[in-house]
Amino acid sequence: MQLSSAPPEERAARKLQLSPFARTLLTLLVCTAPVLGGVLPEDRADVLWHSYSGGDITVEGPSVLLQKRVGDSLSFSVNYYEDMISSASIDVKLSASPYKETRRQWSGGLLYLHGKSTYTAGFITSTEPDYKANTAYFSISQDMFGDLTTLTLGYRRGWDQIFRDIKTPDGEIINDPTFHERADHRAYTLSLSQILTRNLIGSFNYELITDQGYLANPYRKIRYLSPGVGNGYTLADQVYPNTRTSNSAGLALKYFLPWRASVGGSYRYFRDTWGIVAHTFELNYTHTWHNFLFDANLRYYRQNAASFYSDLFPRADYQNFMARDRELATFSDYTIGAGFAYQFPHLSWAPWVQHSSINFHFDYLYITYDDFRNALLAPEYGAGNEPLYRLNANVFTLFISAWF
Amino acid sequence: MKNRILALTAALAIALPALAGIEAPAPQFTLTARGGGELSLSQYHGQVVMINFWASWCGPCRTEMPLLDSIYKKYNKLGFTLLGVNVEPDSKAADDWLRQTPVSFPILFDKDSKVSKLYQVAGMPSTVIIDRTGKVRWLHKGFAPGAENEYMDQIRSLVRE
Amino acid sequence: MDRHVKLTRFALAALLLAALAGCAAPEPWVKPYEREHFADPIMSFNRDPASAVYFDHTHESREGARGATGTVGGGCGCN
Repeated sequence: MQLSSAPPEERAARKLQLSPFARTLLTLLVCTAPVLGGVLPEDRADVLWHSYSGGDITVEGPSVLLQKRVGDSLSFSVNYYEDMISSASIDVKLSASPYKETRRQWSGGLLYLHGKSTYTAGFITSTEPDYKANTAYFSISQDMFGDLTTLTLGYRRGWDQIFRDIKTPDGEIINDPTFHERADHRAYTLSLSQILTRNLIGSFNYELITDQGYLANPYRKIRYLSPGVGNGYTLADQVYPNTRTSNSAGLALKYFLPWRASVGGSYRYFRDTWGIVAHTFELNYTHTWHNFLFDANLRYYRQNAASFYSDLFPRADYQNFMARDRELATFSDYTIGAGFAYQFPHLSWAPWVQHSSINFHFDYLYITYDDFRNALLAPEYGAGNEPLYRLNANVFTLFISAWF
Repeated sequence: MKNRILALTAALAIALPALAGIEAPAPQFTLTARGGGELSLSQYHGQVVMINFWASWCGPCRTEMPLLDSIYKKYNKLGFTLLGVNVEPDSKAADDWLRQTPVSFPILFDKDSKVSKLYQVAGMPSTVIIDRTGKVRWLHKGFAPGAENEYMDQIRSLVRE
Repeated sequence: MDRHVKLTRFALAALLLAALAGCAAPEPWVKPYEREHFADPIMSFNRDPASAVYFDHTHESREGARGATGTVGGGCGCN
């Protein structure tokens, strides 16, 4: 087989050991002439401060985002994000002790525009004392049907390393040398954005995620009934399945109102192999007034428990898989939020800044559990009869954006 | 072999519309001009005319405007004119933008999209180049950086006719 | 592995279909010159990406559901 006689695309494809089907696609993508250009994202920089406070946990920190065009077809983005966690949550109080830690996350992405197609690739790396997560993603976006439709296909791969913090006799926090687990994630996404009328745009999102490896929480414990012993229950280790596959599909709409405002709504359906089925509803409204933008949003979320979840198991080793993580419980949560953005007038001292704004958004979150109880109140109420747990949290972001 | 033919056919099918050059008489129209009065395509018969359909909300259109301005200034004396047809129903945003980024060629307002429909505008921006006899010679959909060189080549060839 | 090959083929097929669709398209019922509202940031699903990713993250770390939100987030411990 003479490699040198084949066209360059074929040679490249053959080198990559692609199937004939994939080779055809590669040739097609390379040969397609740019008919109508897509648009690169605008150059922007955001400096953000976020804060979550509720359920005896405080998480706050900065997030800095930079997006810049390079030439006419390339755009890159960089983000640095930090979570400074101070936790004395109900889970921590039950089986551990209050702690403080910082999670740092770096992410970078590259976007390449070629005619009607947009190629995006990026990575995210997150580090905290007891968890290291690396994620790589790639996606292709295609404008079709007179640019009324945009189809995006994406793939994401994550590699996690899980450690467990322990306290030495001197009071120092180190990683338990006997504990080092791994978890792998793969996600496939499909998105379709469609202009429906002159004032209405819709979007459909589908995501398939598969997880493999250590998916549990090294600190949390399950509890089982043990009458007469201590508080009436005994703590024991969780046992999680080592695989999880989930499907998620959502629909969103946004409608333009004549006084320069927009109203939108979305619904997402979620289902996984752990038995969790969840529904998410959201409504939002954006209003403009002179140099101001006002946002309001309402969100309702409801899920039923995972099949191996229980707040209080009847006895030890009740079933193969057991978990008491409240994220897997039956609960519903409500979020009500509002925010505003103020666009600054043109800055004479920074003429290269096209426009800039300051933004503030506040969310009030209220979670009410149907089958997760406040086990800290066992002495008072008896194991299994404690009141159902509920928490509320205040979340806000404050940020400044500049487009240049 | 079959794969290669299939790929080539498909690639051409997509690439072809970009190479389209048509020779049909340019539809006539009259529109209100910025600064008052009305302008008709017919009054430019005998000149090479470039019609650029643009909007202030369209990024590539805004990028293209200063380049079109320099093309206009360069070839205007050789019997070439540029008409910037703004397609917005409300011309306020376009007016504001032009005040910040002025151009020297005439701007026309197509508020009810009459002319856009007449020229079957299928992308923003769209550029139509008409020869001295009033026939459409080239149609460009969208704006890719470097296209201004192509415009200049085409204008030069028409101006010599 | 087999499942991944199937999924990759599905993805490539969908993309090929999309690329070919560019030449055999139905007439766009919203003309390019009628799309001014979609250039307005208030009509964007993700107007401020840094903020959107953050709010999605706060929900995802407290709920069982994940995905299909239109944002890409990394993996955190959240434990």
